[in-house]
Amino acid sequence: MSDLHTVNKSPFEKNSLESCLRLSKAGSAILLYEDGVYGALKGTAVENMIASVVADKKVYVLGPDYKARGLDESRIIDGVEVVDYAGFVDLVEANDKVQAWV
Amino acid sequence: MKFSIQVNEGPYQHQASDSAYQFTKAALEKGHECFRVFFYHDGVLNGTRLTTPPQDDRNIVKNWTDLAEEYDLDLVVCVAAAQRRGIVDDGEAERNGKDATNIAPRFRISGLGQLVEAAIQSDRLVVFGD
Repeated sequence: MSDLHTVNKSPFEKNSLESCLRLSKAGSAILLYEDGVYGALKGTAVENMIASVVADKKVYVLGPDYKARGLDESRIIDGVEVVDYAGFVDLVEANDKVQAWV
Repeated sequence: MKFSIQVNEGPYQHQASDSAYQFTKAALEKGHECFRVFFYHDGVLNGTRLTTPPQDDRNIVKNWTDLAEEYDLDLVVCVAAAQRRGIVDDGEAERNGKDATNIAPRFRISGLGQLVEAAIQSDRLVVFGD
């Protein structure tokens, strides 16, 4: 039993990423997409928050949204995996439920 | 696998309508089934045929209609949200005394029960919005 959590707002705009990371269970998958992709960047105030959960939660970032914002893949936090829309679909299929942190 | 999609945000507002469309398209292309796309709150604005975005911009309403044509999708607009925002089909125009309709092809107006049914009948419900 695992859940997919989706976060679509920047952690510098809303606290939905922080809530998601705090309340999701170990073994959960977390997908950062739309403005949520900014949470996957190295060298920001929230980097430690992400880095501290990648051991027991799997964090993904939606590649098309990340690239659309002009960001370079070399700046993604270690342990965060890039997926495309097909990968997004696979994550929804692989997890029992999807919780959108809108 | 059987998916349903909920869209809570209008087109061109942020990105939810685009994300929902891209996700639905990717799921269908992978061979999954889409039981229903339910448009709620400002999401009902995805269902007006009167939008005219610039020619070099994506036409979100038409994208939904075209996808529905190709895969026989059930695009459902929430009736209460539609009434507040002026999304009208023939039935609504007659019932509420309106002089025009604007529902886009392949969309239909119905109630919240359709969302509940989609959640029950589908393996996964994926929500897009603000």
